[in-house]
This record gives sequence, structure tokens and C-alpha cells, in this order.
Amino acid sequence: MQKLPDRRGHFGEFGGRYVSETLMPALLELEQAYAVIRKDPKFRSELRRLLSEYVGRPTPLTLAGRLSDELGGARIYLKREDLCHTGAHKINNTIGQILIAVHMGKTRIIAETGAGQHGVAAATASAHFGLPCEVFMGAEDVRRQALNVFRMKLLGASVRVVESGSRTLKDAMNEALRDWIANVADTFYMIGSAAGPHPYPMLVRDLQCVIGREARRQMLAATGRLPDVLIACVGGGSNAIGLFYPFLGDAEVRAVGVEAAGHGVSSGRHAATLTAGTPGVLHGARSYLLQDEVGQVREAHSVSAGLDYPGVGPEHAYLKEHGLVSYVTATDDEALDALERLARSEGIIAALESSHAIAHAIRLAPTMGRDQILLVNLSGRGDKDMETVASARGVQLRGESA
Amino acid sequence: MSRPPANRFPATFAALREHDEAAFVPFLMAGDGGIDTTERLLDAVVEAGADVIELGVPFSDPMADGPALQRAAERALKAGTTLTGVLDLVARFRKRSEVPIVLFGYANPFLAFGAEGLAQAASGVGVDGLLCVDMPPDEADQLRLPLRRSGIDMIFLLAPTSTAERIDRVLGVASGFVYFVSVAGTTGVKAADTEAIAGLVARIRARTPLPVGIGFGITRTEQATAVAQMADAVVVGTEISRRIEAASDRADAVAQVGSLARDMKRATHRSGRGR
Repeated sequence: MQKLPDRRGHFGEFGGRYVSETLMPALLELEQAYAVIRKDPKFRSELRRLLSEYVGRPTPLTLAGRLSDELGGARIYLKREDLCHTGAHKINNTIGQILIAVHMGKTRIIAETGAGQHGVAAATASAHFGLPCEVFMGAEDVRRQALNVFRMKLLGASVRVVESGSRTLKDAMNEALRDWIANVADTFYMIGSAAGPHPYPMLVRDLQCVIGREARRQMLAATGRLPDVLIACVGGGSNAIGLFYPFLGDAEVRAVGVEAAGHGVSSGRHAATLTAGTPGVLHGARSYLLQDEVGQVREAHSVSAGLDYPGVGPEHAYLKEHGLVSYVTATDDEALDALERLARSEGIIAALESSHAIAHAIRLAPTMGRDQILLVNLSGRGDKDMETVASARGVQLRGESA
Repeated sequence: MSRPPANRFPATFAALREHDEAAFVPFLMAGDGGIDTTERLLDAVVEAGADVIELGVPFSDPMADGPALQRAAERALKAGTTLTGVLDLVARFRKRSEVPIVLFGYANPFLAFGAEGLAQAASGVGVDGLLCVDMPPDEADQLRLPLRRSGIDMIFLLAPTSTAERIDRVLGVASGFVYFVSVAGTTGVKAADTEAIAGLVARIRARTPLPVGIGFGITRTEQATAVAQMADAVVVGTEISRRIEAASDRADAVAQVGSLARDMKRATHRSGRGR
């Protein structure tokens, strides 16, 4: 496979740098700094050390034995990103980006967040390095993810509540970009997904590839072979690209990204960007987009705040366009069912985001042979989602009146 | 190679130079208060002496705009404004005015319309320039080249953060005029610091014969007066949107914007002679 992105940050017709001229120097500066630092043995060893001693890597590969037996098909293995420090894969990225920020001499961190996992990871990395951190979060997500808001504040970050637009992740990203435009000299923008303008999709992918590299090694050690199918959920797409990318050269391994179908793709209330969207430009890159016929961005919906985004990383658009990865969907209900089923079968409470990947594994495994292997990226743990799950199931967690 | 068809910018800027004036360039978000209101506002700013008009094409995710213009875009979209509707508005406007028009918007609605189709339609109704905020020169050829073939200038931004390399990159493709964003920030949030701007504008001027416009952060006439001393065009946007937002009804909006526009135009007369 050709090495992408190209020098201008394009993945075929996708990607690029669709930003105001004000931001161009900052993006070029970041690109140059990253080109230097990625080859720097000191950066690499420092990143390795932090991932091992602070994040807790390598994360285990767990055979979901009971679930596999119940389903009666492929053996399902889980890559346990839920066991990372802070409870999701997001910290792989923020630890790498903060090293770059420090290297560049930036003194202030900003980040956007949807479910709050990236916000927590950004706040965590910032606290570890003693840098001030401001996290932009849509008011709707602040409501849905009160626990993560509290965690960010506990970590010393300030949370900027975004009231514009749909008051979710896309609006948080707009607001973070606006802040960056105004404070570009001293501020490092820590983007949480493999999205945004070049070099972010590449940078985030490179930092998340530790997932796939480890999983590939662990799978070979455990089974002596590569998995038949990889499954990961796709919102912006960072955990998925991190798992898929190191396997893209393996022709026998099929990769499947699972988007959030919300109430169902035909309902119009979903976040299935690659499945039901069209190419367009949002947040600095050309990719697939949920939009109307005149190019206005539509609101996404998913029970999972982390997937509730009308865009997707440009490399996924490229992988879809070239048939290198297939993209399917799972609804809110399927994800909720999958969360409960995994909890009971394996004693693991997955995040609602990751439960979309589990839902597809549950569908796919019975159609495969017992000698086949499914590798699912369990990108985060579900503690943050307990209120959402409880309310979806009609359970009231707190004493206050509804 | 045939020369692209001419638009209204060269004559407009030549006449202004002759009268020792900077251009007053009001920004109106098309469809804010309904497209009919915008049409009335266009007439009001022309009557007040607008030399060029920037017509905002609303977008759902205006990442370079401050809160006032975000709200203006939201109101315009709620009123059902589309790029087609904006082009129709320009067509009606052209029947009674020759003031140059710049469409100001974001990549996605422009690209959804289609670059070739937009270039032809815009030229057909009499658009003179197009500014696409999130399309730096590096990504702009897909729109710039069709526009150029239709005689429409693609207007590019320069910022206080622009390095010498970026200035050269932008000036390498700019035509019509260049638009210097006078504050490192979104529209209308910080006040422009005219002394700091002067040095930056001088850097740009040294490298291009194109007219230089300045905007993002000009809300008061004193600023406009100071900016007019160093620029060929003074763009006022956010303050107009604020007046529209605060107006009690359409007639009030037209009166408020007309009054502001008259004051701003007066401020662009360099020798201080008001009309």
C-alpha cells in the first residue's frame, strides 16, 4: 500500500487542510515538529516509558470464551483498551501529543471532547506534565457525561461548556478551533480523533497504532496466527484506525468498522457517516459527512456520546472508497444489548462506543467457523455510561425526583 | 491564453484611489431576518456609500466566526437561506446597482453546489469575488480556477500569524484584493489594534500591488478612520450583525445599519472630508 497521507495531507481525495489562513502556520509548525520528533530516539523512548509505566501498556488480549461458546462460531478476542489508565484508548494519543507540545514549547493545552474520554485523557496528560488544560464540551454532552466532567475538573482542567449548534462534539470542535485561532502562539490543540486538518489524522493514527501493533503480536503469540476479522467502532475513528492500520498489509485479515445507527439509519437519527453520508468538508478535512443537499451539516444521534459526530476521519473515507475496510452499523438498542450481554458473559462492562463493535461481533461470530478468529477492539470501559444505560432501561440511579 | 473576463474591482479601487478614500465594505449575512430583509439592507448600505459588499453565505459550522456571526448564520439558516437563494438575491440587486459583490462563506456549501456550476451561476448573476474562509491556497484550486475562468476573483486571507512563506504563498494566487484579518481570532471578538496592524500591512504591501482590505475586529468609526489610513478597504461585519440582532423590526434594522454604514463610509475618507 502506498504511504498515506501524501505531502499535502491527502488520503486520495480526502483529508487536507481546510482551515482559515490564521491556522495554517500553526499546522505547518506542528507538521514540521512532528516530522523531527517522530524520529527522535529520545521521544520514542520517553513515549514507550510513559505508555508502559503510566498508561499501563501493553493492554491484555482477552479471549471472550463464554461469549464465543454461547454464539457458537468464531473465537472472539478482545483488545483491552478499557484497561488503559483513564479507561479508554484516548490516552495513547494524549500522552504522545503532550510530548510534542512540550517539545514545541507550548504552554497551554486545549481539547474538544464528546463522551468526555478524550477530555479526561487530555486533562490527565496535562496534569502529569503540569500544563493548564481547557476542554471544550457541548452542553448536551456535559449533561450526559456528568461524571467525566467532574473527573476533568478534579484533574485541574477547566471545562468550557459549548452552547452553540447541536451542543455536542462537532460544536465543541468548532469552539476549540475558534480558541486556537485566537491563541495560536502559545496553545497546543490536542485533537482527540483521527480527524481534523493535516497532520492530525496522521499524528493520531500513528499514536494509536500501538493498539494494532500489540494486538498483532499478542494474537500471534496466543494462537500462532492472525485474526480473520477485526472489528472496531467508528465515530471519528481513532481506535479503529489504531487497530486496523498495522494489519492493512495482511491480505487475509478483514477489517470492519461499526458506525452508530442510533434509532436506525432509515430513521434519520443516527451517526452513520460513512454508511449514509456523502463527501464534504468539515473541521479542516474533506471526508464523509452527514449533510443536507445544500451542504449544511446535519446533527448526528447516538446513545453513545463518543460516536455522536456527523463527520469521520479522512483515512476511513479513503479506506471505504478503496474497499480496504468495510463499514457497517449497530443501533442504540443493539449496543445496549451487547453491553449487557458482554457484562454477563465475560464480566466486562464495555463503553457504549465499544459496545457497537461488540454488537457486530455478536452478529458476525455465529456465521463464522469455530476455527476462525474475531478480534474486537474494546476501546473503553463503561463506567461513564451507567447513567445512560440505567435510564435507557428505565432504572433511576439517584434518589432525586425525575 | 485568453484573459479572464473583467469584473468590477479594478475600476472600483481605481476610483477610490483617485478620491483618496478607502473602500467601505459592509458584511451582510444573507438571509438574516429573511432574504427580503437582506435585500433592503443591500439598498441601505449602497445608499450609505458602500463601495464593495460582502454577502455572507450561511453555514451550519462557521468555525472562524465569533458568536455574533454564528448567531446570524443560525438565524439565516432557520429562515431557509440557501446559496441558490443568495445568488437569486444578487441577480435582483444587479438590476439596480453596480457595487461589487463578494460572496463570503465556507467550503462545504460552495462545494455542495459544485465548483464549476457555482462559477458559472455566480458570474451569471454578477458576483465579482468569492472568499472561502476554510480554503487556504493549498486546497483552493478546485474553486479558484473555475472562478477565475468566469472572471470572479477568489479573495484570500492573510493573518497576523502569517509567516513570510505564507504571505508569498497567498499572494501567489490572490487576485482582486487581499483580505488582512486584523486580529488573531474569530470575527468580531477582539478589537483591532491599529498600531500593531500597520507593520504587518506594510509587509504585505511591499510584496503586492493588489489592494489590501482589513477586517475582523473593526466595530467603531475611530478604528475605521485609522485603518483607512493604511488599507484600501475597511470591512465591517460583526457590528452590523449586532445592530440587526438588536433591532426591533425590519425597518429599524434598515435604519440602524444605514446609519452605521454612513458613519463608517465617512470614516474611510482619508483627508477627513466627510460627505
